[in-house]
Amino acid sequence: MSLNNNILVKLENTGVMLDNKWLVKGVSLEVKKGKIVTLIGPNGSGKSTTAKIALGIYKNIEGKVEKFTDKIGYVPQKISIDWTLPIRVSDFMSLTEVLTNDEINNALKLTGVEHLKNNDLRNLSGGEFQRVLIARAISKKPDLLVLDEPVQGVDFKGELALYELIKEISEKLGCGILLISHDLHVVMSATDHVLCLNGHVCCSGTPHAVVKDSKYKELFGDRASTILSVYEHDHDHTHSPDGTIETKK
Amino acid sequence: MFDDFFIRALVAGLGVALVTGPLGCFVIWRRLSFFAGTLAHSSLLGVTLAFSFDINISFSVLLISSAVALILLRLQKTTKLPSDALLGLLAHSSLAIGLVVIGFLSYIRFDIMGLLFGDILAVNKKDLLVIWVGGAIILLVLKLIWKPLFASTVNYELAEAEGMKPEKTNAVFTILMAAIIAISIKMVGILLITGMLIIPAAMARNLANNPKQMIIISIIGGLLAVVLGLYSSLEFNTASGPSIITAALVLFILSMFNIKKFKQLKK
Repeated sequence: MSLNNNILVKLENTGVMLDNKWLVKGVSLEVKKGKIVTLIGPNGSGKSTTAKIALGIYKNIEGKVEKFTDKIGYVPQKISIDWTLPIRVSDFMSLTEVLTNDEINNALKLTGVEHLKNNDLRNLSGGEFQRVLIARAISKKPDLLVLDEPVQGVDFKGELALYELIKEISEKLGCGILLISHDLHVVMSATDHVLCLNGHVCCSGTPHAVVKDSKYKELFGDRASTILSVYEHDHDHTHSPDGTIETKK
Repeated sequence: MFDDFFIRALVAGLGVALVTGPLGCFVIWRRLSFFAGTLAHSSLLGVTLAFSFDINISFSVLLISSAVALILLRLQKTTKLPSDALLGLLAHSSLAIGLVVIGFLSYIRFDIMGLLFGDILAVNKKDLLVIWVGGAIILLVLKLIWKPLFASTVNYELAEAEGMKPEKTNAVFTILMAAIIAISIKMVGILLITGMLIIPAAMARNLANNPKQMIIISIIGGLLAVVLGLYSSLEFNTASGPSIITAALVLFILSMFNIKKFKQLKK
């Protein structure tokens, strides 16, 4: 690992063409251990495609992909479970990895869905299912997490908690994360590196650099660039549910 | 004890049911029932080739079924036709070629009915060996590829992303399908083997709430169908293959009642 500076996956000038149309083109990025790389961009800009290139799901691609790990946890954007398949949450948890009962319980507990362990997977709500997907991806203690809009459909409070969990896990496991998100607040506050996509890489860099980029403003509008200043006030306190301020230690 | 034709039939049938149980579950989960039917249809060609060149029937059926499966995979990539059209094309053209070849083999007396519907009562000791050894190998391989196969059944991209190599696994599974058809063709016949794969698994779907349970129930259902079917064919003097499938259907219908009752109890 030390030979390649802790790089987990590296894309060099990659692209995918389907039916004579480029889904995405000329993307280069690398995810290192302990770092969070985020892809942002409008719908259809090639975010999920880029993630799938990194994961090796697309076979006929332009450019070069190098993976330096096989321990990967993936939360896809869309997944549908066929009704012909009877499957409980616990069966789904150990889909690609052999897990002990404790490991399953712990992961489900982290995302707050421990009580659903024996439920049928297809009877979960959208947000519950999303939590199970995240739990499954982190339960195998991956080197690389690829999260494609991981908190879609999760309630507001859960959303923040899950993002915090994701960050915590990346720190604890030291794994790299490739994140796709529409939540610019979160992206800008928690990410090490941002790629702004629109069929190609519009701009990239640290959140600070990207927000100031004129292309970013073009893509997301003027208000988007104020996000950083809004969010980045120094958080030395938290708010309890009734609104009182609690000072952090 | 294998000298009694009925015992032989029973042992053969049970051996086949042990394998069709788990494979049938995957057929249902992956929506492959038409695919299984296509392989079965193409096996007639395999049988006729076996007679033409005087080679082992199971072996040549395995060969032809695998070839048809590979052609299908190729066609799916190179043509724009939907899968069901391709399956129909392969199923009926290979069946037709098989029947045409039979015409050329007029010097051999063919029991077409036996081929189409099976003749489990004519199973000999060598067939038993093929069924049980072949079946054991199929089950062993299935156990070895269980995890990646199941993962790619649930979600192909997830399996691919997390290093389960689904393409390879799917190819192995296709060969297993060809193999079970090859070893059981003599028992239930070309037209009914798909029923043996699907009906016990469908019954199990009605009763199970997790994948492993479904496989176990499917196996038990298949075994029961064989025993019930064979004894009733002896009792009523009916064809054995169809009797087994009919017994499986009866079990399926019973499993539906079970669900209704269960739901009423819940209310």
